[in-house]
Amino acid sequence: MSDSGRVLEIDSSPHIRAGHSVDTIMRHVAYALLPATAFAVYVFGLVAAVTIGVAVASCLLAEYFLTRAAGRPATLGDWSVVVTGLIYGLTLPPGLPAWMVALGGFAGVGIGKYLFGGLGYNAFNPALVGRAFLQAAFPVSMTTWLVPLGDGRFWTLPSSTLTLPFATPVYDAVSGATPLAAMKFAGETTATADLVMGLTSGSTGETSAVLLLAGGLYLAARKMLNWRIPLAILATVYLLSALVHTVAPNDYPPPGFMLFSGGLMLGALFMATDMVASPMTARGCVLYGVLIGLLVVVIRLWGGMPEGVMYAILFANAVSPHIDSLVRPRVYGTANRPGSGGSS
Amino acid sequence: MAGLAARYPSFRHGIHPPEAKRDTCEAEIRQFPFAPALIVPLSQHAGKPSIPVVREGQEVVRGQVLARADGFMSVPQHAPVSGVVRRIALAPAISGRMTEAVYLEPFPGSSQEVPDGEGLDAESASPEEIVLAIQAAGIVGLGGAAFPTHVKLRPPDDRRIHTLMLNGVECEPYLTTDHRVMLEQSDDVHMGIRYLLKATGAGRAIIGIEANKLDAAERLRETAPADLPVETRVVTVKYPQGAEKMLITALLGSEVPSGGLPSDVGVVVINVATAAEIGRLLPRGRGIQERVVTITGPAVGKKGNYRIPIGTPLRFALGQVDVSDDVSRVFLGGPMMGQALSSLDVPITKGTSGFVAFTSKETGTRPQEYPCIRCAYCVDACPVFLNPSQLGLLAKNGEYAAMADEYRLMDCFECGSCTYVCPSHIPLVQRFRQAKAILREGRSKP
Repeated sequence: MSDSGRVLEIDSSPHIRAGHSVDTIMRHVAYALLPATAFAVYVFGLVAAVTIGVAVASCLLAEYFLTRAAGRPATLGDWSVVVTGLIYGLTLPPGLPAWMVALGGFAGVGIGKYLFGGLGYNAFNPALVGRAFLQAAFPVSMTTWLVPLGDGRFWTLPSSTLTLPFATPVYDAVSGATPLAAMKFAGETTATADLVMGLTSGSTGETSAVLLLAGGLYLAARKMLNWRIPLAILATVYLLSALVHTVAPNDYPPPGFMLFSGGLMLGALFMATDMVASPMTARGCVLYGVLIGLLVVVIRLWGGMPEGVMYAILFANAVSPHIDSLVRPRVYGTANRPGSGGSS
Repeated sequence: MAGLAARYPSFRHGIHPPEAKRDTCEAEIRQFPFAPALIVPLSQHAGKPSIPVVREGQEVVRGQVLARADGFMSVPQHAPVSGVVRRIALAPAISGRMTEAVYLEPFPGSSQEVPDGEGLDAESASPEEIVLAIQAAGIVGLGGAAFPTHVKLRPPDDRRIHTLMLNGVECEPYLTTDHRVMLEQSDDVHMGIRYLLKATGAGRAIIGIEANKLDAAERLRETAPADLPVETRVVTVKYPQGAEKMLITALLGSEVPSGGLPSDVGVVVINVATAAEIGRLLPRGRGIQERVVTITGPAVGKKGNYRIPIGTPLRFALGQVDVSDDVSRVFLGGPMMGQALSSLDVPITKGTSGFVAFTSKETGTRPQEYPCIRCAYCVDACPVFLNPSQLGLLAKNGEYAAMADEYRLMDCFECGSCTYVCPSHIPLVQRFRQAKAILREGRSKP
């Protein structure tokens, strides 16, 4: 080899990388949500497509304008805001007025992500911050549901969707109750098979437990989702509600109903597992999952609201950094855990 | 495959980089030619540099001592070639600094025979004689650390060594030096073990080999002398299985205390190639003057394992193996911990287990760095259970004291697993090295 003008790079080791990156992880999370998204459109029709579309678009626009206004490099390429928008859209009631969807998207990304410093610094799941904002601002619209599999759903939109901003939405006659609300306020339970398949009223993407689980398994197999978190949440919800149901079967629903109703699957698999807002250690993740499971059961059975997944996760997000500093692994070759008064 | 891998013991955590050993693992060790000029540095090892005993213009015979050890924490250097000492002067070293070196010019017509010295019989020699003979042979850890081997054999008096561990793991991708030595010099390995067992007083020897070298494990089992208390054990293919502490944990289940040495748990770990060199040199009373080096990587045409004289300039070595004009990075050792070279004018030393050359296709453009998304891949990779993510954030903010005191930075042995897995492409281990250097500097000042 001749040597004239040859420049050798002197980067320090390691000289090889695993080859994945933030954008590939985020892209796969988006893929994993696609079956549930497609099913939402099947169950609720055109309105689900519009709701999810407006949700994603508003989050993307919010991120675009906020990074531009702050003079920061564009971050749409990391795909994280696509995931936020998709999850956010899947948590909304399908007939929610489109302007509210857009407003919540801006609130979620603006307050939930950029106020904290952008990707990697959001203490809370931004999608849930957007949803919580809407829940506080528009409690009625956020708890008005469409019936599944309605006639003509593929070519008509419910009148509520196109409500003008700040006008009171008018709902069509065919609004339904979610299985959890039916249970809480009317004492009715829904067939577990319908819950598992997702043929019930509810948020656009939360209804099909099977498709959400399939997406979760896909991500867990690629190590893009920490399986300990959903497992701890679902196990806690199941065990605690089984206990309560055994003690008072007439007052409380069976554990299968608790597991497959409402936003539990979507929340446990895709929202509680937000990497930024969940703990880093294996034991920390289990603790975090158990906490969410407990809160979900407590809010659903004894709280004022029929559903508690959103608040349970937001609360656990807030606790997550403390779990990380509390549950630190023992360092190799030491007897004590760091920070617990051991030698350093 | 997971079920198969689970059959073998391992440490916890770690990573699975592509092994990239197929190009050279079946290539027999071939003798390398002599370069027109050789550079033998006086400091090729951890410890004090050797003191030259030859003068400029002097003729030397291959195997002759060029420089003697300066005390116990030092080793001598032997002439890798019969020739003339042209000068004793500063030469560029791998570290980027200049070190003193002996420049040799080989005699063109010399047969390059190595005269035997006074051999040492493993049976009749005392442990002290063996330790001194290993020092006199100039032997250092050939796995890459280049720590004087005889020093390892003399642990503090209150430590009793029960197990001699032979490290044949070679977990760095690309490298196949130890693999070939185990296959082709299994008798030398066993002879080396004989000396080492006696020197340490250990009751048994365990050879640890990664499951991607089952042929080497079988060869060592087949050729083990009946009277030698040696056992060959296979461990899971995982990086950094070959780190001393990780191998001890995999094979014995015990952990070396933080800041401690293997001797704290009654173990001495010696690289298999080092043992083979001891077994080859001591019976003939010779010193080390060449070593096996893997030369490989996408930029190398004639990839292989070569026995190369110590002091051969890298430029000459690369010239022998058809290096692509597109070469963009050359590093000594494997891609995980190897050091990239800025100059090809450095010589091959005792610690050079291999070098890998990448083209611009492998090095490519540096991927975009994202903020940490707390994915915990690094936490799951770290073999000593640190939190690299947290350490990385502290390093970015310059909180070095917190890194050391609260997050145990000094337990990091810089294997690079965290950087390898990071999807945000944060140069974690690189920041840890800087932080350690800053901390060391700060603490050395009064």
